[in-house]
Amino acid sequence: MSILARAEMIANAAGRMVPEAVNGRLQTPYMGVGKYRPGGSKAAPPIRSASDYPASGDKRVADLETALRRCGLRDGMVISSHHHLRDGDRVALLALEAASRIGVKDLMWFPSASFPSQKSVIELMESGVVDHIEGSMNGPLGDYCTQGRMRGMGVLRSHGGRWQAIQDGEVHIDIAVIAAPTADPFGNCDGSHGKSACGSLGFALADSIYADHVIVVTDNLMPFPCIPWQIQGNNVDYVVEVESIGDPSKIVSGTTQITRSPDRLRIADFVARFLRDAGIMRNGFSFQAGAGGIALAFVSYLKQMMKQAGVKARFVRGGSTKYLVEMLEEGLTDYILDGQTFDLDGVRSLAENPRHVATSPFTSYNYHSKGNFASMVDAVVLGATEVDVNFNANVVTHSDGRLLHGIGGWQNCLSSGCTILAVPSFRDRIPVIVDEVTTLCGPGELIDVVVTERGIAINPRRQDLIDAVRGSKLPIRPLPEIKGEVERICGGKPQRPQRGDRPVAVVKWVDGTVLDTVWQII
Amino acid sequence: MTVAIETRIGEAGHCGPDIRSDLHVRIEPRESGRIEIDLESRVKPYYGEAIRRQAEEALEALGVQHARVQIHDEGALPFVISARIEAAARRAGLGEGTRVLPNQIPLPKPSPRDRLRRSRLYVPGSEPKYFINAALHGADAIILDLEDSVHPAEKDAARLLVRNALRAVDFLNCERMVRINQLPLGLEDLNEIVPESPDLILIPKVESRNQVVEADHRIAAIKGDYGITRPIWIMPILESALGIENAFAVATASEHVVALTIGLEDYTADLGVVKTSSGAESLFARQRVVNAARAAGLQAIDSVFGDVGDMEGLRAWGLNSRALGFGGMGCVHPLQIPVIHEAFAPTPAEVEKARKIVAAYDDAQQKGLGVVSLGSKMIDPPVVQRALKLMARAYEMGLSE
Repeated sequence: MSILARAEMIANAAGRMVPEAVNGRLQTPYMGVGKYRPGGSKAAPPIRSASDYPASGDKRVADLETALRRCGLRDGMVISSHHHLRDGDRVALLALEAASRIGVKDLMWFPSASFPSQKSVIELMESGVVDHIEGSMNGPLGDYCTQGRMRGMGVLRSHGGRWQAIQDGEVHIDIAVIAAPTADPFGNCDGSHGKSACGSLGFALADSIYADHVIVVTDNLMPFPCIPWQIQGNNVDYVVEVESIGDPSKIVSGTTQITRSPDRLRIADFVARFLRDAGIMRNGFSFQAGAGGIALAFVSYLKQMMKQAGVKARFVRGGSTKYLVEMLEEGLTDYILDGQTFDLDGVRSLAENPRHVATSPFTSYNYHSKGNFASMVDAVVLGATEVDVNFNANVVTHSDGRLLHGIGGWQNCLSSGCTILAVPSFRDRIPVIVDEVTTLCGPGELIDVVVTERGIAINPRRQDLIDAVRGSKLPIRPLPEIKGEVERICGGKPQRPQRGDRPVAVVKWVDGTVLDTVWQII
Repeated sequence: MTVAIETRIGEAGHCGPDIRSDLHVRIEPRESGRIEIDLESRVKPYYGEAIRRQAEEALEALGVQHARVQIHDEGALPFVISARIEAAARRAGLGEGTRVLPNQIPLPKPSPRDRLRRSRLYVPGSEPKYFINAALHGADAIILDLEDSVHPAEKDAARLLVRNALRAVDFLNCERMVRINQLPLGLEDLNEIVPESPDLILIPKVESRNQVVEADHRIAAIKGDYGITRPIWIMPILESALGIENAFAVATASEHVVALTIGLEDYTADLGVVKTSSGAESLFARQRVVNAARAAGLQAIDSVFGDVGDMEGLRAWGLNSRALGFGGMGCVHPLQIPVIHEAFAPTPAEVEKARKIVAAYDDAQQKGLGVVSLGSKMIDPPVVQRALKLMARAYEMGLSE
């Protein structure tokens, strides 16, 4: 049965050994940035007839089990879910457990991301209900995969890569199960209202359009019409009402906290000063930063500098937080284009402020779109687990190869005008700046600046940036010099962790080619 | 029957999910058998072999031959590992008189007597995670503290940690200060610290000239033993009513005293008054410190401002402190450093005025005039001196070319 045992490994354009086939499907090895241009037509769901759906528009059924049965659930199907409810989500597990009761086997679960609270999927994999997961895995699910216990191979995609895989037919979703904080009986959904409000529902949009069957699950059913609708009921087969779609305390954080670590604040301050001194912070500019401690501090420093300089942004990209919302409300940016909403202030703003707009990976990240927003952003601030001296970076595995994070929008954001990795130069005793990354997630040619607490390294490919900050007081240093300093502090180069010789997951590039392999750990 | 010999388990350091950059070492001496090392470490895949090798070498140097050694490491750097192993061995009654020293990085240049001392960042001597990046934040000095921030039961171990940090951690341009314990315990600190050439020793709770003399003699003796010729300066901390009364005697107790400072928590406690943010209750003491220090030709350095969240309060305190004649103050968080540097910097107007005075002085010198005048005003020599000093300081702070 095992495809893994037969997997032939070949070297891709980055010199990484990757499997020729994944879960029985032939793969294209990574060819280089922008090199892969597949042809043909996009995938599409089957043709439907409105006459098959209730004229009243009422698509409610008693429960998830009924809905799954009516969708024709059978062995080997692909079930998808979205992760806007983050660690508070209950719906994905409800759906997989209902499938288990129906008695089907070998499902592929295709979440836009998984979370530690979904660890009981391990039991469903042990019992054979779920064969494997294609989507981010961390915590217990990540360990399960990297220990080589998952039957199929894991496939890690960026948010844009997930949309790409759906659009070019690499992944065909049989049944999409969409958790909706608010919905009507027709299936229109909104994420910004209701007791389980999570803001945007952008990660579920592709699923709603391309899946054979779509089930909406809500704990806040309202009479038609549900306004605004982020998911259109015209794509929805069934609506299921449940007591609760998730634990609100884990869906959004009440308050997002700026780090108080002096080292991290120093990194954030450097990033903000870099944008200022390089002239990127100017009227009409745009940027994107996440919700991590460094990113939040960066936003607060940049905000002060923008005020001092009298500069206003045209748009900022969320993950939205209180800090971006404050910028919007103080007139420091015209718009927030929001992919996901991280805190209560973000949810409120998205619901109330017409200049705070929900986006999806289609608009922002998709390789098969006719362009996307990511390359139009002037600067993006990202994290990483490792960066090598050629600016290649890892974001999915720890240095020992264990799965740590999903890719999220990280890979997609690398196409911005100035991609900045804001990272400590070492964590505990483990160097972050290394000779070679354990797992390649981002090609160095797309990574422009690495900011650490010990100095800022600019990619030699970006002579324009090097020139722009000449004369600045910022500590600009070559990356190998920072690496050398860190190795001295840590007491020499670390030994290379032992790894197994069996691939357990692949990292896809934004175009669907295979960038690298995650190996079993021993 | 086996012969009963005294075995004592020695433990040192910390481990646990919330601990970073430290380790816990437990040494259980045995009567026979080899050294058995159990190693647990969150960085085991990367440095497991290095840690084991380091532990074996350290134990051998300490003369530990038969023991079970348990190491639970949380990503500690090598200088911490050796300090913890040494501390555990000593607590087990082993390795007396042996030091396990990490590699020595090049010593920075000796500290000038009159260097800029606007900010000094306190780092608890038992918290190695704060040592490593302490110097990055640009304070004029780092104080590795062995006194109030270290629990009485941890004094012996912290001493070794601070000693090793002086050898192995690059404190960049920061003056390397150590606050020892109140005498006589502080003398034991000196035995470990002085051989590693710290730039300055802070002596807490000084009340009399003799305490400074005693510490100074001990420092000189150890320096002699180790052939150290570079200066090790002294900054006494006055923290009681009696200490304040004896300020001038303390300031002149040794030629190595370069600055006087004050500890307001203990001082206000001694007076039995509440410490306020305006500092009215300690105004006399602070002025007394400034006056005694200046009379002895020393720098006067203010206490710390403890409320890390109140940057405006800190700024106001610093401005007031500079106006009183202090040249700097302590910090308890790196975020306080830039605020303090701003508060102790001369204002642009002051720099500009001083620049004009210095220019007029240079002009008069060139023309061979005895009297310096600026416009219609005659400038007195002390004013010229002050302006020259201010310009030199402004240059050091990067405020002037």
